[in-house]
Amino acid sequence: MEQIILGSSLFLVTLMLLSLYRAVKGPTTLDRLMGMNAIGSKTTVLIIMIGLIFGRVEMFVDIALTYGMLNFIAVLAASRYLHKRGLRPMNETTGKE
Amino acid sequence: MLYVACALIFAGLVFYFGGTIGLLRLPDVYSRLHMAGKLDTLGSLCLLLGLIAVMLLTEEAAGLLVAGKIFLIVVFVFIASPTATHDMVDAGMRSGQAPWLRGEERR
Repeated sequence: MEQIILGSSLFLVTLMLLSLYRAVKGPTTLDRLMGMNAIGSKTTVLIIMIGLIFGRVEMFVDIALTYGMLNFIAVLAASRYLHKRGLRPMNETTGKE
Repeated sequence: MLYVACALIFAGLVFYFGGTIGLLRLPDVYSRLHMAGKLDTLGSLCLLLGLIAVMLLTEEAAGLLVAGKIFLIVVFVFIASPTATHDMVDAGMRSGQAPWLRGEERR
């Protein structure tokens, strides 16, 4: 069981790296926000897996719940901000309007 | 119970993998958001239910409590993830990002 959880958490880390590509490269700001949201929802599961590997699940499960709530609130705040600011690509924001 | 846990964890990893492939390959923001919102919710559900099955394998009272807390995370993810995806799509539409139509080039 330990090996299964270790292997699946390593696979999750690989998927998080693939999502990070979209968050880094994404042409619009919404793409970056979505990539970070995908990474956060994978992290919530990964924290519980780390707790199972370390044998301290009862502590890590609270951390995972808090992380999920923080991720949700961060996404809500960033998209409320995008309502006001608009959705321009990054290379246009540094140059002229 | 062991086989149930392994099957649920494997199904969750498959859903997450499909969601990540869609996140990388689909042509525009809204289709990628559709993929991210749906498959992240389903992958989280399957993986967390698999971890609940792992916790029930230990057959202790503390393991039962942890399984209940993980189930609360499942409930929270089911409320929060569609709300967050809806809010991102709403922000995109209000700020004037046009949806991709067939025949246009991908962006």
